[in-house]
Amino acid sequence: MSRREHATEPQGWVYASPSSRGIRNRRASLVAAIGMALAIGAAAGANPDQATELPEGPDLGVEAAPEEVAEWDISIQPNGEGLPPGSGTAVGGAGLYALHCLSCQGAEGKGQLNDVLAGGHGTLDGPAPRKTVGSFWPYATTVFDYIRRTMPYQQPQSLSDEQVYALTAYLLFLNGIIGENDVMDARALSAVQMPNRDHFILAYPLFEDD
Amino acid sequence: MPKRITQDIEPVAGNGLLHRRLFLKRGAAALGAGSLGLMTAARAKELPLWMQAPGRALSGYGSRSRFEGHVQRRPLSAKGTDGAGGSWTPLESLEGMITPNPLHFERHHSGIPAIDPHRHRLLIHGMVERELFFDMDSLLRYPMVSRTQFIECSGNSYLAGLPAEPVNATCGALHGLVACSEWTGVPLSVLLDEAGVDPGAAWILAEGADAAAVSRSVPLAKAMDDALLAIYQNGERLRPDNGYPLRLFLPGYEGNMSVKWLRRIKLTATPAMTRDETAKYSDLMPDGRALLFTFPMEVKSVITSPSPGLELAGPGLYQISGMAWSGLGRIARVQVSADRGATWAEAALSGPVLDKAVTRFRMAWRWDGSPSVIMSRAADETGAVQPPREALIAAKGRKFTYHYNGIQAWRIGSDGQAGNVYA
Repeated sequence: MSRREHATEPQGWVYASPSSRGIRNRRASLVAAIGMALAIGAAAGANPDQATELPEGPDLGVEAAPEEVAEWDISIQPNGEGLPPGSGTAVGGAGLYALHCLSCQGAEGKGQLNDVLAGGHGTLDGPAPRKTVGSFWPYATTVFDYIRRTMPYQQPQSLSDEQVYALTAYLLFLNGIIGENDVMDARALSAVQMPNRDHFILAYPLFEDD
Repeated sequence: MPKRITQDIEPVAGNGLLHRRLFLKRGAAALGAGSLGLMTAARAKELPLWMQAPGRALSGYGSRSRFEGHVQRRPLSAKGTDGAGGSWTPLESLEGMITPNPLHFERHHSGIPAIDPHRHRLLIHGMVERELFFDMDSLLRYPMVSRTQFIECSGNSYLAGLPAEPVNATCGALHGLVACSEWTGVPLSVLLDEAGVDPGAAWILAEGADAAAVSRSVPLAKAMDDALLAIYQNGERLRPDNGYPLRLFLPGYEGNMSVKWLRRIKLTATPAMTRDETAKYSDLMPDGRALLFTFPMEVKSVITSPSPGLELAGPGLYQISGMAWSGLGRIARVQVSADRGATWAEAALSGPVLDKAVTRFRMAWRWDGSPSVIMSRAADETGAVQPPREALIAAKGRKFTYHYNGIQAWRIGSDGQAGNVYA
């Protein structure tokens, strides 16, 4: 499963293109994911000189109730899966921003102590790139997710979903991506097309071709 | 007694005058030894103080010599915070392949949580047959494996080579976001197997129990291959700053994916595109596009001695010592140059040379006292070679921040001082 290349000697001191490196990092077949025996083989293959054969686990996992899982699961997919009910606008978000975000992020997301959140459009291909929500982030759903799980810094996960929608809308508005009164909810947010969306190159799938 | 007597004595007047009881104490000690008749005054003078009386008491948890107290990580936190940032391992003060736990580098996004292990649970859910909770007592009953492997922050070393002018700092300050430990824990594949992975699943989303709830998507293939739920670090339970009581450990992958304080794993068909995997840890190319999901930390080496801050006392024989590692496999060879890369020689690798572990290399060097530039370059078993700085920058520009692995050169001045130099 886990194929390893055993080239003990590098082939001279030829410098390969750095961006092509890492391709050898093979991907174990998904079939292996299903079978315990195969998984053991993969683990052993990965560390031939450090591996220990795995006995099977004692099966001590406790089934989680669906409502418990729902409470724990705060993750959001770029297609909007996981976004909660609720909505907000930039107008509503402006006040929340002043209260919870301004001291670190500065007025209108222009930066204070920490990251600049707005502006920077058109700077990424220049010598002094400014990576902001508007200039860099590929998915609007990520803005909601990050605010909800991490902010405000001193009191994370204290905002309501309505408040997070409003703050998300405010940041998108500051970046000229939506209007001041556009209502952001699960459907609208996942439909937002971020300006830099198509400027990412997926490096990982390139590793799968062997 | 090794205890520094002067530290208990307050100054009694300006310019360093200390209380006379300093002399009284010394006098009393000498008198004591002499009056017992155990040794002559002359011998007591020659015999080290620490041989003249019993040493300090036994203890439940060891501490290092107070003479080593200066060996410290270098913490640097985001403005307005004291726990969102990193602390760099002082590589120039360490030897061998293992990083001592208290000096293992840190990189946190919102401080170190104080987790009660009796209240910590791991949830595995999403595209599985059974959604399962595991508590720590249960996890400790699972079959474990131990692996000695490095972990490196993807931002490590960028300060050593990406600024326009070389930044002069110690080896640890430039490259100290890497560490190597023996990690012991439960293979994640065992728990995923218990939960029963849906054939449509291709990724896991790992989430930490810190205030940032750091979350990263990891290919399921990696999770099934060699991902570890680490519980022990160098034989003892994880340090809080390394994820106590439970962390994900992904050998060879950029450090932030090895989510600390692990509390949740969700199996998904596609990556969640979290902030840390899109907006943070992606590599900006010269044309403004960014590489997403550059997971493995590629082959790198650095000379830790001599290095900035370690002064050479004068011409003579020295040992060049350094570390090499690759997220793609074993280190195959390391070469060292002492003439700015004009000629190279094979360094000795100090075994064992392990898969995705730090390998110590050493080389003897007779320094004639003239200004010199020393450097090392490593190759791993896949044939990947550590690139010169210029080659790396030619290919990737100077804005990529993460995964910098260019050759590090140190200039040695005729005064024996080392510094960072682009060569």
